[in-house]
Amino acid sequence: MTSTWSRFNITSIVLGFAFLYLPIVLLIVFSFNESKLVTVWGGFSTKWYVSLFHNQGLMDATWVTARVGVISATAATVLGTLAAITLTRYTRFKGRVLFSGMVFAPLVMPEVITGLSLLLLFVAVGLDRGFFTVTLAHITFTMCFVAVVVQSRLVSFDRSLEEAAMDLGAPPVKTFFQITLPVILPAIISGWMLAFTLSLDDLVIASFTSGPGATTLPMKIYSQVRLGVTPEINAACTILIAVVAVGVIIASIANKRREIQRQLDEQAAQRG
Amino acid sequence: MTHIAATASSPTQPAEAFPTTLAKGFVNRLVIIIPYLWLLFFFLVPFIIVFKISLSQTAISMPPYTPVLDFKDGVSGFFAGFRALNFDNYTWLTQDALYFNAYVTSLIIAAISTVLTLIVGYPIAYGMARAPATVRPTLLMLVILPFWTSFLIRVYAWIGILKPEGLLNQVLLATGLISQPLVILNTYTAIFIGIVYSYLPFMVLPLYSSLEKMDYSLVEAAEDLGCPPIGAFWKITFPLSLPGVVAGCLLVFIPAVGEFVIPDLLGGSQTLMIGKTLWNEFFSNRDWPVSSAVAVILLLVLTIPIMFFQQAQAKAQEQGR
Repeated sequence: MTSTWSRFNITSIVLGFAFLYLPIVLLIVFSFNESKLVTVWGGFSTKWYVSLFHNQGLMDATWVTARVGVISATAATVLGTLAAITLTRYTRFKGRVLFSGMVFAPLVMPEVITGLSLLLLFVAVGLDRGFFTVTLAHITFTMCFVAVVVQSRLVSFDRSLEEAAMDLGAPPVKTFFQITLPVILPAIISGWMLAFTLSLDDLVIASFTSGPGATTLPMKIYSQVRLGVTPEINAACTILIAVVAVGVIIASIANKRREIQRQLDEQAAQRG
Repeated sequence: MTHIAATASSPTQPAEAFPTTLAKGFVNRLVIIIPYLWLLFFFLVPFIIVFKISLSQTAISMPPYTPVLDFKDGVSGFFAGFRALNFDNYTWLTQDALYFNAYVTSLIIAAISTVLTLIVGYPIAYGMARAPATVRPTLLMLVILPFWTSFLIRVYAWIGILKPEGLLNQVLLATGLISQPLVILNTYTAIFIGIVYSYLPFMVLPLYSSLEKMDYSLVEAAEDLGCPPIGAFWKITFPLSLPGVVAGCLLVFIPAVGEFVIPDLLGGSQTLMIGKTLWNEFFSNRDWPVSSAVAVILLLVLTIPIMFFQQAQAKAQEQGR
């Protein structure tokens, strides 16, 4: 395919990316504003970051969010990977249609419905709302995203590698851990990161399923935003953006390295 | 869904190789059973509970509804509960015009925003697909990156821009384009901007993946034969990108109908959307049965688009093989 990089294409991309990034850039810029007004520039200052670290409520919420994120993302990655294997490898079993429905539907389900239904479940089984219930809720809705990410890697996976290993006498479980898992690992890692950021971002489902003592960072930010826009929230948001951006960049570099290494290995293997 | 059923019964499915070689075994069954049970318990069962509670009465207690259909009073109590079931909450929803208006407004807003997102997203996806192959991964990463930053933060960022004394008005006033600040925040316009902005990556990614796979020699052939570029676009490019258009539109439309954060933060108190209505019913009025009924109706309204979405997903999955 020849690609024409016409003026129209360049313009639409530049405008598109300006639209996507300008609000975020402005938000970051105004977190360094000396003035208390978020829209009038009053000189450079980092005082909002300092006051942020003295805000105990915000710090507690950050800690809760981080723990919910790590635990739920890890559990969701395990469950989501299993779901992805089921979707790609087991094409006939009873209730497969229902299963794939349950994996895909949460991707588009409005959050208010998911949040309300999970809350009513927790009340029905008598679980006290709090840290544990938020974590369970996050595992449930993020595992479906992990499943989709891992599944897209599994479908393009060269099955002959597994067959070769098993022909040579490797038991299936060993084949999975030695052949399949290393190949799909980049997808599993990005699945984990996606689950973690989704958990980090979630306001609606957390608001429904959380209880006293388990206020997450988005819940805290939301309650402050309702009172008005302040540079302190801008600073909190900037830190959150920075954490995620650094994570994504590290992951993509690691991914690229692994990919290059894998290609080298494959070439070496073919040369024998 | 029929797609899956059809391929599942085909005996020449290559995907069978792995399961049959290790078909026996406990591990194998566990791989299916664990995520299956998890989703049954945490995704399907909750919907049944929502439906059950939508048939109960509001009560001043904790939880704030009368118990329905439980076995506390034995089997006879269960059947007595059956007789006590009622659809009052649903009647209530039809009697108060507020709910009907909220559903209709949400559907209209979601539909308009979906079209707007398509109009904004298509040129971006097209430009990316036609970009030199070396640049494409970077562009793709740049589209995905905002998706990783918090939804709440991205919506919040627009408050500072759209406020009457916000940055957009400052720029427009300074350049002399307007003499009065525009009132955008707390209107439906702000909701449209918020939805288009937040959901843009969901539209661009499926569009890009179908445009990138396209064979552009078809367009060149049409142009060589004298078809004007615009004609070639509508006759060739657009029809071929249709799977991406459908997937993108569903990914935007369905969640946008039940959106809460955007109408709440950008739409103010004057705008009406069903996600916000459900939230207020639950958190402000503490009326769990009515909010459950609102959720059941919303789910019914969205059933058909969600089924379309699943079918599109299943099809994409089959093609990926």
